[in-house]
Amino acid sequence: MAELSAAEAYRILIGSRIRSQLAYRASFWLNVATSVAVGLVEFVEIYAIFANVPVFGGLDLRQSSLVFALSNIGFALADTIFGQLDTIPTYLRLGRLEVLLVRPMPLLLQLVTSEVQMRRLGRLAVGVLIVVIVLPGLDLSYTASTVYLLVITPFVGAAIYGAFFATAGGSQFFLIDGAEFTSAFVYGGSYAGQLPGSVLITPIRILFTFVFPATVAAYLPSLLIMGLPGPRFLPAWLGWFAPVFAVWAWLLAWLAWRTGIRRFTGAGG
Amino acid sequence: MRTYLVLAAAEFRRYSTYRLAILAGITTQSVFGLIRVSVLFAAISSAGGTLAGYDRQLASTYVWLGQALLAPIALLGWIEIAERVSSGEIAVDFARPLDLQLAWWARDLGRACFQLLSRGLPPLVIGAVTVGLAWPDSWSAYPLGLMSLFLAVSISFTLRFLVNLIAFWTLDVRGFIGLYLVVGSFFCGLFIPVHLFPKWLQVVAYATPFPSMLQTPIDVLSGWVLGWAAAALVASQLAWLVGLVGLARVVQWRAARRLVVQGG
Amino acid sequence: MASEPIVQLEDLRRSFTVRQKVGRLRRQTRVVHAVDGISASVQPGEAVGYIGANGAGKSTTIKMLTGILVPSSGRVRTCGYDPVPHRRRLAREIGVVFGQRSQLWWDLPLRDSFRILGAIHRLSAEEATVRTEELVDRLGLADLLDTPVRQLSLGERMRGEVAAALVHRPRLLVLDEPTIGLDMISKERLRHFLVAERAEFGTTLLLTTHDMGDIERLCDRVLVIDRGRLVFDGTLPSLAERVALQRVLVVDLPEPSPDLQVSAAAHIGSDLDGQRQRLAFSPKETTAARVLAEVSAVTEVVDLTLEEPAIEDIVRTLYGVG
Repeated sequence: MAELSAAEAYRILIGSRIRSQLAYRASFWLNVATSVAVGLVEFVEIYAIFANVPVFGGLDLRQSSLVFALSNIGFALADTIFGQLDTIPTYLRLGRLEVLLVRPMPLLLQLVTSEVQMRRLGRLAVGVLIVVIVLPGLDLSYTASTVYLLVITPFVGAAIYGAFFATAGGSQFFLIDGAEFTSAFVYGGSYAGQLPGSVLITPIRILFTFVFPATVAAYLPSLLIMGLPGPRFLPAWLGWFAPVFAVWAWLLAWLAWRTGIRRFTGAGG
Repeated sequence: MRTYLVLAAAEFRRYSTYRLAILAGITTQSVFGLIRVSVLFAAISSAGGTLAGYDRQLASTYVWLGQALLAPIALLGWIEIAERVSSGEIAVDFARPLDLQLAWWARDLGRACFQLLSRGLPPLVIGAVTVGLAWPDSWSAYPLGLMSLFLAVSISFTLRFLVNLIAFWTLDVRGFIGLYLVVGSFFCGLFIPVHLFPKWLQVVAYATPFPSMLQTPIDVLSGWVLGWAAAALVASQLAWLVGLVGLARVVQWRAARRLVVQGG
Repeated sequence: MASEPIVQLEDLRRSFTVRQKVGRLRRQTRVVHAVDGISASVQPGEAVGYIGANGAGKSTTIKMLTGILVPSSGRVRTCGYDPVPHRRRLAREIGVVFGQRSQLWWDLPLRDSFRILGAIHRLSAEEATVRTEELVDRLGLADLLDTPVRQLSLGERMRGEVAAALVHRPRLLVLDEPTIGLDMISKERLRHFLVAERAEFGTTLLLTTHDMGDIERLCDRVLVIDRGRLVFDGTLPSLAERVALQRVLVVDLPEPSPDLQVSAAAHIGSDLDGQRQRLAFSPKETTAARVLAEVSAVTEVVDLTLEEPAIEDIVRTLYGVG
């Protein structure tokens, strides 16, 4: 008998989750509205700064908004796909992970496909809206490289932020009580990533570029798009290597995940 | 009354056993604190050295005091009650002879006391060591500050309690919690001081109880506001608390009714 | 058919370090030997009952042979695989039912759980449908397919769990306390199904339980574990013999009577002024029928019941003997 391909299997899994969400109509749209509100409030933070000063980290409001928007789109995508991983502590407590382990599917994939939070895309809509609004005023020259960067940055950003989620997820197995530690790079990373990296003081700048590459998710590519140079330790040309940074981030995630599973199954001793 | 004291003490002890959690919390606080300091410093240097009365030292004090108070005031995510509602265990809580709100309030104060020490001190140390902290000019800042803190924690608790009660009406509380977190942390002045908001936004902010959860205790404790002005701020906190507690009583009563009618 | 054991345990051990607070500040570490050197093997097609008191090490053993936990030392092979490194490959050959934890999707209708599991096990649509329909039919789940799992009763849900564990036709079915909390009818239904399933497909059965009725009905072999060690491995009759299991015949008499004196059994109690009397006998030495015959010779018997021995008693006896 023919065996289902992995792709078909995942399609069925994710399809059922999406369908089940759309089934609860009213609550779903309410959640989308909430997600939009979250995106807006985060933008107001940037706006409030510019209500006080015209230039922030070497960027004006429009330029900063581009960074913010690209970062948020990436993060919203990552949150939609990987956001489910923050239920791991609950699963651990309830002992539900054992049920998942006796299934012939990798644990990470089971958790990721166990829920697809469609409503988090509301935040993404805010990001897209902002990009659409500020793009004309930025007066960019639309060369091939600019267009390439504009299109690919949200996805590479999503990959980077997704890696943070995965690192956090894997770490839950050995951090347990120390789970809050992961907020430092998941939500700290999202925060640092939507700001102009030039405002970050040096130690933080290094942390969020070379360890958890949040500034590479949106700020550096944005500098390249707008043709601006970067600050100390953060030259704009690094932005071309965003995919490399994404691979690095996933390497960390894989390490955390492996350590976590081994700890859970007791192989760590 | 004694029971509530016992509850508070038990919660204090409970939090003291999570040593790893404390360390993790301090690390995260430091990272966020440094990011926030970065933002304010960049804004201030952009404005030429001072911004709306904040210079570098005041800004640093603001951020680190904010980080110190963040854990006790517990702005960020707590859904124990909501979890108990969705699992149905909440029925047990209602069956107990203690009032739900008061019992959890007492527990929250116990938690806050512990976290004031465990999570409050390290950021202040970091702040003092890095840029230096600005201390208040008048001794009255301390007792008023303490009162302000107590009110802030209670206001935060009552709001969190209300948000948790939403679980009685909808299966999915997480969306509301997320919204509450983002809106609340912005309007309480965590990101940038409310005093730096554009005028129209300040009006919106003060129409909510959020600034009284963080901005006000920071203002009183750091000596930004002194004497009678500070006392007036504390009074406004009290007013908010009274209003919110009233609302919470009503909502709790309706939630209890709903439980009985719906059967969980 | 290979005669390789489907489960093989060789001097299996698993210890945990537990940190306890002693006094105000100090912490004491204690090592708990949950599984302390267990060796056994299960042949394909066998039905094995795994019993022991709570905390004796049953769940830990199960976790080790399903790939959830790594042994501290010793060897374990399930379906020929080393469970932890080959967890996913093993998962295709075994089905596991956790009595206390559900593997079904809580908020979805039952039929969706089957469909999703079919996809996870990479069964083609036709294969999954055929197998699901068969299971649904034999477990009487047809009316429940469209009910969300959280609305099912415990008995209904357990039937769903067993079906879910068998969708992919595993060679080995592991059940961890499957009948806990179930009423007699549901238990009987489940047992009946498992017996039939085994007869038709030769599925190997490994069952942990507290209910001797499960063992009697389903298993031809019993493993008894106490404090991490195996204290008995053999058939149920030989267990009964070894432990000199006593059964109790409870007879209801038409009117209050003095204590019955019967040669084959010992009088151990009277209720209602002697209208109900309890007689303990050893099945090794006599049968319930003979005891009843002796009683009937002396007086009329209005009603009677037969009581089973409890697991705790068995373990206690075994531990005392072995």
